[in-house]
Amino acid sequence: MQINWQLVIDIAKAVIVFFGILTCIPILVYAERKICAYIQDRRGPNRVGPLGLLQPVADAIKSFFKEDYTPSHVDKVLFTLAPAMAFIAPALVFAVIPFGHLMEIKGYKILPQVFDMNIGILFVLMIASLGGYGLILGGWSSNNKYSLLGGLRASAQMLSYEIAMGLAVISIIMTAGSTRMADIVGVQTQGLWGTCIPAWNIITQPIAFIVFLCTAFAETNRLPFDLAEGDSELIGGYHTEYSSMKFAMFFMGEYLAVLTMSALIVTLFLGGWYFPGITEVGNTSLLNGILSIFVFGTKVGMLVFFFIWTRWTLPRFRYDQLMKLGWKILLPLALFNIILTAILGLR
Amino acid sequence: MTVNYQNNELDTKRMVLNFGPQHPSMHGTLRCVLELDGEVVVKATPHMGYLHTGFEKLAEYRTWNQVVPITDRMNYLSPMSNNIGYAQAVEELMGIELPPKAQYVRVIMAELSRFADHVISVGLHGMDLGAFTVMLWGFIEREKAYDLFEIATGGRLTTSYTRIGGLARDIPPEFIPALKSKLCKFMSIVDEIEYMLSNNRIFMDRTQGVGTITKEDAINWGVSGPSLRACGIEWDIRKSRPYLCYKDLDFIVPIAAEGDTYARYKVRCEEMRQSIRIIEQCLAKLPDGPVNIFDHKARLPEKEEVYNTIEGLIHHFKLIMHGDQHGMHPPKGEVYSCTEVPNGNLGFFLISDGTGKPYRMRVRPPSLYHYQLFGKIAEGAMIADLVAIMSSFNVIAGELDR
Repeated sequence: MQINWQLVIDIAKAVIVFFGILTCIPILVYAERKICAYIQDRRGPNRVGPLGLLQPVADAIKSFFKEDYTPSHVDKVLFTLAPAMAFIAPALVFAVIPFGHLMEIKGYKILPQVFDMNIGILFVLMIASLGGYGLILGGWSSNNKYSLLGGLRASAQMLSYEIAMGLAVISIIMTAGSTRMADIVGVQTQGLWGTCIPAWNIITQPIAFIVFLCTAFAETNRLPFDLAEGDSELIGGYHTEYSSMKFAMFFMGEYLAVLTMSALIVTLFLGGWYFPGITEVGNTSLLNGILSIFVFGTKVGMLVFFFIWTRWTLPRFRYDQLMKLGWKILLPLALFNIILTAILGLR
Repeated sequence: MTVNYQNNELDTKRMVLNFGPQHPSMHGTLRCVLELDGEVVVKATPHMGYLHTGFEKLAEYRTWNQVVPITDRMNYLSPMSNNIGYAQAVEELMGIELPPKAQYVRVIMAELSRFADHVISVGLHGMDLGAFTVMLWGFIEREKAYDLFEIATGGRLTTSYTRIGGLARDIPPEFIPALKSKLCKFMSIVDEIEYMLSNNRIFMDRTQGVGTITKEDAINWGVSGPSLRACGIEWDIRKSRPYLCYKDLDFIVPIAAEGDTYARYKVRCEEMRQSIRIIEQCLAKLPDGPVNIFDHKARLPEKEEVYNTIEGLIHHFKLIMHGDQHGMHPPKGEVYSCTEVPNGNLGFFLISDGTGKPYRMRVRPPSLYHYQLFGKIAEGAMIADLVAIMSSFNVIAGELDR
């Protein structure tokens, strides 16, 4: 029997990436708790394990062993489905993100990307919107007034931000001339105007970057856009009625969304795995591949830090101010950027 | 209660939302029933009495000095100010003039507690808008202020420091160096908080024009303290009806014109700076001498005197023993005395029937009047504004439902 090794590699890649990003969640939780502690003049977790490193493990165990309480007044099917959707959507987005350069080992090609789809960026937009449904359904099915308001806010937020996000992405597609993620990274590995400055989209498309960054915060439901949760006014918003692992799924979904959005920003605007002088284009050696993954990871880590930093610095928007920002500022800005890109032919 | 719009094609209903008492932003256990149209509040009905503690009634069963610990529990953000307010009311009733050192120490304590209250209420204001970090920065400094209370009184929250005719004890020698070393950081935390919030676009959008009170409303509804001064009315008991040694001290009463949530925040920040200035002046001028009056009909003699002289021992017994023949006896009559506490005017109305216990104690807490107005200014606001308005008033359930 002939074993299709390429298929085995592909399956192994999917499994490794899935568990890889799952492993990142506890790291993110720990990082958030430590960073916010230092921002707030505290020490953060330091009791469980050395430097409190086992704190996420303790949190996870707590979540597993808490009573999984389902109130009697909820819609049971949707109530169970909602946290799963909030969790799966950001995990799926990661499938199309190229997180390293192609490697060739003994004739087998290993591409550090789960699925090289030719409509990659469209797939991202499609799946990312699904994550919003998790919040809406969670808010609706809980049958609680506060949750309902949270769900309503989530739906309004999703509507007003996905459009601006999509339009920001269109200008990137125009720059790259392709919707494949690998092509978008490929364009950014060239030098800008014949110099060694890389043509990263953050330099060529600064407006799109700002619009996308704002919408990414809205998409991940984190401060200053965590209206759907709004702990000071809506108690917990859409997840008020959730407990135990169902709550933990929402919680993990949020961190996964932060990770995915950071990876997406890196891919679309910060040159993906490319950094001049460290990674080379076209070099399929193992070393170059590992370096490229390392570069990608570092960039994502810095963006995640930015996400955390922002969360513990800024206050929250109000519902109508959020709408105003989405429809009156970001949307026209993104449209203007598309026209600008078309006229200048930014490349 | 639901309202149907008959003329609309869609049959829409207003949602009635029970905001509190178990709600993270209704500080303490306040309750407000909201009628919502989407996120907009159509009608807000504040309910009072959930935390009713019967402090006023309790006071009728305590001797005059035993009421002091009760006043601790009324405003749990500035217990010291309540102690001072109560003691002053009884002293006015008895016509007691405090020795200068007691006056200065009381002013130091009142201003320290004003700082501790404002730094928390500004921080909580930030927290209710989502800026959690500011709250914890404030808490750190509040704890330092409480450390100082602990040095002087032995208690952090339940200070019970005042006695009729003076203080429970003189400030210990280590208090003044400890206070001096912390004032500098107290001043800088105000700057840090302002740096984080004052020019923050999101914070300004969330607070400017939100919860605006007009001058007329403020006067008609009995608003006082920083909330009144934020409407542009310069009214501060410390200036307009000086008590203790405030007339010897140089400070300004900050006011703002807008009357909105942002103005209240700014007034609080400026008041913290002024409080620190007052404390510095008090430290420079702090006189020597006793902290208690010499009238042993009202004030316990020193332990030295009790153990060594027969007069001291008799006075001690006469004051401590229960029954109508013993204890402190203010003359028959009634008095209303108010002081400027962090939230506004704290008034004590006392009736004495000449016995060892108050016949009636009525407290005029500032929060009661602020919370009444809350229902009015919440109308037309959004849910997110409610929490901003609520925390800008710094309504304390303990003194509201005393």
